[in-house]
Amino acid sequence: MSAKRQVHLAAHFPGVNNTTVWSDDRAESQIAFSSFEHFARNAERGFFDFLFLAEGLRLREQKGRIHDLDVVGRPNTLAILAALAGVTDHIGLVGTLQTTFNEPVELAKQLATLDHLTDGRAGWNVVTSSDAFHGANFRRGGFLDHADRYTRAAEFVELSRELWDSWESDAIVANGSGAAGPLAAGVFADRSRIHDVDHHGPQFDVTGTFPVPRSPQRHPVIVQAGDSDEGRDLAAGHAEVIFSLHTEFDDAQSFYRDVTERLERVGRSKDELLILPGATFVLGDTADEAEERSRAIRRAQVSPATAIAFVEQVWNRDLSSYDVDGPLPSIEPDLEGADITRGRVRHTRDVPALVQSWRDLAAAEHLSIRDLVIRASTRGGFVGTPAHIAAEIDRYVQEHATDGFVVVPHTNPYGLDEFVDRVVPLLQERGVYRQSYDEGATLRQTLDLPGRVLDRQRVFA
Amino acid sequence: MPDRITLVTALQGAGWHPAAWRAAGPAAQRLTSLRHWRDVVVEQDRLGIDAVTLEDSFTAGPTDPDGDLDTSTVVGRLDALLVASAVAPATRAIGLVPTVSVTHTEPFHVATGLQTLDHVSLGRAGWRIQVSPTTREAALFGRRPGGDDAATLFDEAREVAEVVSRLWDSWDDDAIIRDVTTGRFIDRDRIHNAAFSGSFVSVHGASIVPRSPQGRPPVFSLAHRADAAAFAVDAADVVLVTPGFDGLEDRGALALVRDAEQAAGSDVRRPVLADLAVLIGSSPAAAADELAALDAAAGAPYAAGSGSDTSVLATTVPDLLARIGDLRALGYAGVRLRPLRIPIDSTAIARQLVPALVTAGLRADVASRPTADLRTRLGIAPAVSRYARPAVTGVGVGSVSSGVSA
Repeated sequence: MSAKRQVHLAAHFPGVNNTTVWSDDRAESQIAFSSFEHFARNAERGFFDFLFLAEGLRLREQKGRIHDLDVVGRPNTLAILAALAGVTDHIGLVGTLQTTFNEPVELAKQLATLDHLTDGRAGWNVVTSSDAFHGANFRRGGFLDHADRYTRAAEFVELSRELWDSWESDAIVANGSGAAGPLAAGVFADRSRIHDVDHHGPQFDVTGTFPVPRSPQRHPVIVQAGDSDEGRDLAAGHAEVIFSLHTEFDDAQSFYRDVTERLERVGRSKDELLILPGATFVLGDTADEAEERSRAIRRAQVSPATAIAFVEQVWNRDLSSYDVDGPLPSIEPDLEGADITRGRVRHTRDVPALVQSWRDLAAAEHLSIRDLVIRASTRGGFVGTPAHIAAEIDRYVQEHATDGFVVVPHTNPYGLDEFVDRVVPLLQERGVYRQSYDEGATLRQTLDLPGRVLDRQRVFA
Repeated sequence: MPDRITLVTALQGAGWHPAAWRAAGPAAQRLTSLRHWRDVVVEQDRLGIDAVTLEDSFTAGPTDPDGDLDTSTVVGRLDALLVASAVAPATRAIGLVPTVSVTHTEPFHVATGLQTLDHVSLGRAGWRIQVSPTTREAALFGRRPGGDDAATLFDEAREVAEVVSRLWDSWDDDAIIRDVTTGRFIDRDRIHNAAFSGSFVSVHGASIVPRSPQGRPPVFSLAHRADAAAFAVDAADVVLVTPGFDGLEDRGALALVRDAEQAAGSDVRRPVLADLAVLIGSSPAAAADELAALDAAAGAPYAAGSGSDTSVLATTVPDLLARIGDLRALGYAGVRLRPLRIPIDSTAIARQLVPALVTAGLRADVASRPTADLRTRLGIAPAVSRYARPAVTGVGVGSVSSGVSA
């Protein structure tokens, strides 16, 4: 039994997309700290490895105006994670943070601070973009060529590691005496154990002493989510966790193999990196009940206005005059015009092929626009009884399709409660999930990562 | 209503004296732990201090005469905004005022970070705005040579303060409508782009953070001299001054701000707090001895002009009380005390000075104090958004320095 692979779970705070059903009766504020506190405490009650937070740097737009149909507005990633450090004890806190619109010394300082404040539970989902839309909120605008974004990200991470390594673990030698005794002698820190950084690369020129002493994990756990070829290579070279899009079993297995091969090419082994696809879940006492709930949730996620907005993103046209309960537009998509949607990650490349496949599907099954959008936008989820979902999660992990999942609830902040109450105990019964946290474990230890990523870095001592 | 004397404690490392860590006991090894900061701030909170400020910088610490990092004193620090955020859930009433620099940072991140602190503290965030003048800091960013003159740094800081203020106002209070009928989560007419394009910084869009409890957390700025006072009048709601710096006296330090207000044509009298570095002893002689011992350990006296940019007092509770009374009589709103030793002097401020101020009638008893946001606590009027609709609020346009009560 001890040979069973262990399941790793992360909890995705409900995001600003239509997965999150804000119209639910129990949906709470997306910005109040009480929502974050409940979500984090609940995930910790379920012994999740970490809480995952996306980042917003510009409100999304459609047709030149702020997209108003989904949840809008969220906190600053670092500040909310720091606040959660104050109300949690064990769970990892992982934030999405840009390499394009930050500078290494500042972000490395903030992440090292978070690692100190959490006693070693910090993680960083490294993302990169180069578009002028987000750039318009920052000093340098859309300064980075698209081709350079992964170059910058890689150098950013390497430089961050230099900064985090620059203080040796025993650099602070202070031995202060109490108020009553004589004042302590000696120095506060051993200067010879604090190494100045002198980095000169294509993207960065950084010289001087890093302001933060070495943190408990030394480096926060590095997470990567990019799925392009460059994104996968960046992950293979630098990441310790991949937040993947590949949730279907066969697809997940082939992604797992692909990443394993990429790791081998850079001299790393698979046990240095966990692959965790995002997955939604819908529970029911019976399979039929779960399916029924799932259908209701999908309709709540795809309101009439959301369905129109969704097809508008593909057609790249104003389709507001179309009846959402009628057939797909017969007009052809606009392939030439400027993108009407901004601030959203696009996964569609071949629009004509996609439109044709939708038309075929709609014709074959007599689907309205809304039905079609519900079908087309359904991905990556488990629907069933708790026993079924626990068995599926176990199967994915034992058969090397994943190392676990990033669980994405559809309501905030209570959406994860049911998973913790009903699925987690069954995973524990199956012997594939922890019964408790290890006391004082860092996030890297909770993830069972060997930390070899660290050993390959420059070591001074 | 604010108390008759505003009392702010300035937290930094093991205290403000370079030898403070030598008296800090095991805390000297824990200056980067949440436990240390939570213990210190919770004590200030429980005993009724109005706010704590948290110092910050991109440097690891002060330099020695050769220009190298001086490791005889505390080196290494945490990010102040994140420390404030982490202690917020453990505190109830105290204002949390981190230093956040504007010189090398992104105004968008500065704005959203402080808004988030305001959300997590339920309206207790403040911002100590600061510039980063040193070439050491510039070299850590590698984006500009550093060594900019003060006028340039302040001009940049003015732009950042303006754009941050716009971002803070960018969501109306009632922008979130959750209208199930139309499927709209927000009313996008109630969200406004910052649309700021300056010489140093540009930000086009709105904040990603919905309006925070205070709308605009109060901005604190330190003014040693006339140009800094002029900046503070442009950018800040509360001004910190440094009697003892470069010959400034109590009256003159306050006049710096009042003169700057007059020069700017502002009829708003901002609350001015006197910065005092304090070691609190059981008697004047004991305090003097303790400071002398620290000075001996540091190898140099710690005094205005020698390691400190403001008056350093080795004092007692009654003497400090008298000094605060004098400052109040001159027109100061209160003091920001820099404890020379943390936790020794920060504890003395909370446990001895506060009760003495209550007894003297200068502060309300903690138990009778209503909870309030930080603006209210400081006697600053609520922040009215520059986009407020007249029909709703009856008040017109605001700016970063308006909304301060006379």
